[in-house]
Amino acid sequence: MEGLISLAVKAIFVENLALSFFLGMCTFIAVSKKISTALGLGISVMVVQAITVPANNLLLTYLLKPGALAWAGFPDVDLTFLGLISYIGVIAAMVQILEMVLDKYFPPLYNALGIFLPLITVNCAILGGSLFMVERDYNFAEAATYGISSGFGWALAITAMAGVREKLKYSDIPDGLQGLGITFITAGLMAMAFMSFSGVKL
Amino acid sequence: MSQTKKELLVDPLVDNNPITLQVLGICSALAVTSSLQVAFVMALAVTFVTAFASMFISILRNQIPGSIRIIVQMVIIASLVILVDQILKAYAFQISKTLSVFVGLIITNCIVMGRAEAFAMKNPPVASFIDGIGNGLGYGLILMLVGFIRELFGSGSLFGVTILQTVNNGGWYVPNGLLLLPPSAFFVIGLLIWAFRTWKPNQVEDREYKIQQAEAH
Repeated sequence: MEGLISLAVKAIFVENLALSFFLGMCTFIAVSKKISTALGLGISVMVVQAITVPANNLLLTYLLKPGALAWAGFPDVDLTFLGLISYIGVIAAMVQILEMVLDKYFPPLYNALGIFLPLITVNCAILGGSLFMVERDYNFAEAATYGISSGFGWALAITAMAGVREKLKYSDIPDGLQGLGITFITAGLMAMAFMSFSGVKL
Repeated sequence: MSQTKKELLVDPLVDNNPITLQVLGICSALAVTSSLQVAFVMALAVTFVTAFASMFISILRNQIPGSIRIIVQMVIIASLVILVDQILKAYAFQISKTLSVFVGLIITNCIVMGRAEAFAMKNPPVASFIDGIGNGLGYGLILMLVGFIRELFGSGSLFGVTILQTVNNGGWYVPNGLLLLPPSAFFVIGLLIWAFRTWKPNQVEDREYKIQQAEAH
């Protein structure tokens, strides 16, 4: 249990997907102009992340790993090279299913999040989360924790960024730095702030 | 075709750069640039994938039904990325370890997807191929620039060859450790964008709010 909590804190603050691994930067920069939209997107990322990371973990353990197909009578098969294509397939399918379920049973939520869901399939943070899960050899419980907390970290980062940008638009910025340039520098300062969490030990 | 092939190739380098203007593919641009060698391999990989993905998608563009085009594009891109990943693992294992998840993330790199969607779905294969190479090179250009600055001033070397002798090795140069850390990538790209836009003022974005000029008394 302690291990899981420390993993969660690490995934939210120290190894924040957006600010220390630069994942999901395209959407991070593009959709962080208003707090309300940023929050909506952040929550959708968190939900999708919480579903896909454990799902890909199961896929890896029972289908792809060397020897994982032993239950089907193929103990020598190693399908890890198919990893990338399967993860992105799972993510695309999950996003689609989530969209349909929300549409059917939770229309208000669908109306709020709907426009962001297709964007999420190509959000690097989601695929990145799954790939980190594979690289670090998480078991199922760790994968589930990592999914939720890394998504939360991303949501936190984009909401904070949107807050800064809402104020920033009133400032007198040099012409060439207007828009994209100043956003990068702001993100850099935020990344520095998040780096100060790296001393935190649980 | 209004654009000639040369324009397709040169245009994305500065005038329509994928990173500084189209805001595509920033994730990896920031993460893999702490050393020039890694940035170079990454640029090569992305150029390869973008060019061939654009070409294949363009060949198939009349066969792909609109409703499932995203997933078809994904499959083509993912197959190419798997190819790159396996080649890197076989011939450049050390670099593939450093790049870690970022090779896989070429799949979701917006440049590949963006060019497939915006260009390859509407244009013939050869033009799409060149457009892919052009955009890959534009991306590579920024990557190499950022990698150059970060490696030269962060660890005093280029491609792992010492240029500025650091203090630790008995030289005179005190390396700037910040440049090896993630935040510096944001700063370097931010400043690069500033430089690009000072050079090409037509890329400057409009302000959302004009600052009111004080009236002269």
